[in-house]
Amino acid sequence: MRAVITVIGTDKIGIIAGVSTILADASVNILDITQTTMQELFTMIMLVDISNANVSFEQLSSRLSEKGDDMGLKIRIQHEDIFKSMHEI
Amino acid sequence: MINSREVLETINMISNENLDIRTITLGISLRDCCNPDVKLLSQKVYEKITGVGRDLVKIGEEIERDFGIPIINKRISVTPISLIAESCQGDITQVAIAMDKAASELGINFIGGFGALVHKGYTKGDRRLIDSIPEVLVRTGQVCAFVNVATTKAGINMDAVTHLGGVIKGTAELTAENNSVGCAKLVVFANAPEDNPFMAGAFHGIGEPECVINVGVSGPGVIHSALKKLSPEADFSQVAELIKKTAFKITRMGQLVASEASRRLGIPFGVVDLSLAPTPIIGDSVARILEEMGLEKCGTHGTTAALALLNDAVKKGGVMASSHVGGLSGAFIPVSEDAGMIDAVKCGALSLDKLEAMTCVCSVGLDMIPIPGDTSEHTISAIIADEVAIGVVNNKTTAVRIIPVIGKTAGQQVEFGGLLGGGVIMPVNKYSSTVFAKRGGRIPAPIHSLRN
Repeated sequence: MRAVITVIGTDKIGIIAGVSTILADASVNILDITQTTMQELFTMIMLVDISNANVSFEQLSSRLSEKGDDMGLKIRIQHEDIFKSMHEI
Repeated sequence: MINSREVLETINMISNENLDIRTITLGISLRDCCNPDVKLLSQKVYEKITGVGRDLVKIGEEIERDFGIPIINKRISVTPISLIAESCQGDITQVAIAMDKAASELGINFIGGFGALVHKGYTKGDRRLIDSIPEVLVRTGQVCAFVNVATTKAGINMDAVTHLGGVIKGTAELTAENNSVGCAKLVVFANAPEDNPFMAGAFHGIGEPECVINVGVSGPGVIHSALKKLSPEADFSQVAELIKKTAFKITRMGQLVASEASRRLGIPFGVVDLSLAPTPIIGDSVARILEEMGLEKCGTHGTTAALALLNDAVKKGGVMASSHVGGLSGAFIPVSEDAGMIDAVKCGALSLDKLEAMTCVCSVGLDMIPIPGDTSEHTISAIIADEVAIGVVNNKTTAVRIIPVIGKTAGQQVEFGGLLGGGVIMPVNKYSSTVFAKRGGRIPAPIHSLRN
């Protein structure tokens, strides 16, 4: 099962490292990363495979969101289907 | 693999434009609960609802978490209680109390279906149920009541319309301490849909399966934001196109959540209701969409046309996004629940008469309108008669949910709290409709109901 992680906020050192560490610890594989700055807002979007994750989706979500709080960023994880269903016919 | 623009658009809709799923409503048939003993009937109703609905809230929260989309309400609708309590002689309020207890047990915020279908006439049970509504709405917290008094096929049951004027007034008086808020849980319908997921008028119709999942989407804020980006020179074809595209995206969320809820609960999917449902929070208003089309205030000349375009474009965009569409499916204009409508009433731009005109082109009707507490029951009946006539003649659903706020007069402020909002008491016409309202009988079905 695949999910999309989005990181939105002010750019700073260690964002990718912080998120990747959480994912590696949870045995979540990163499939794709894109990074842009839109209207002075840093946004990073990751497509990940959570099929072999060793924690529940809920735990992963709260770990990421706590990391976001620490770094002053908004980090979300959502099932890929919400984006596919809205934008693909 | 990732389209950043699309991902960010979805996230922006949810976090900044109040996109949400307004309700997952689980419809449950109670037809197997009938029993002549009211205690046994109530017990069976409680057990059936808590049994079938056991996982509704848990699964709803799981879906919210997994997809990152808020699901504001998880609710239940049941078979009209008049049908299952017809052969039972005891105190019918006990059934409503059992429903209320089940709703609290499950953690849902409303349960709909305490109602009757009397568009052509009453049975003894129907009359008993309707008489009990004021007491039920006082003694329960989560139970919602409805009465269908008219259909295009049957015409208007004016005896019921007269009766309901008194029931609404009675409910207002019994809940006078809380701004007569009991009336917010009572809807009087023409052409009531059997699969509507929205409260207070939801019930599980007699043509429905054993149980079913219906979903109501929302998203006035998303459409408003999209229109804001459109140039003021854009013509109405462009406005309609933009609303269609946006409604498509919103509805896809509803379809996704409905399919997931259905799969995870093991309960068949019924319909997605394509309604734009506002809330009192800023940025979630239908009135603001109409104003964005170029009206200084909602309620001014042009409002009905703007609403007609909006309502049609939402349906056209939504219908392709969902495999089954039903319920009310149209923009809602509940006055006290829409910040823009409240403002429009306050500044005198929006009147009751204009709202009545607006209900000709959208769902659902005169909704959440506080009126003076000294409005006579006959005037209320006449307001209902006008509104259901629009539904009957135009072959659409219309409804009345008005609140005569005891002790308040036109122009005074009132607060109902939460999603029910608040606003200013709207004046009603001061001339009497008493002789009209007391006439009774049936207004015949219109000629175009004879379609066979």
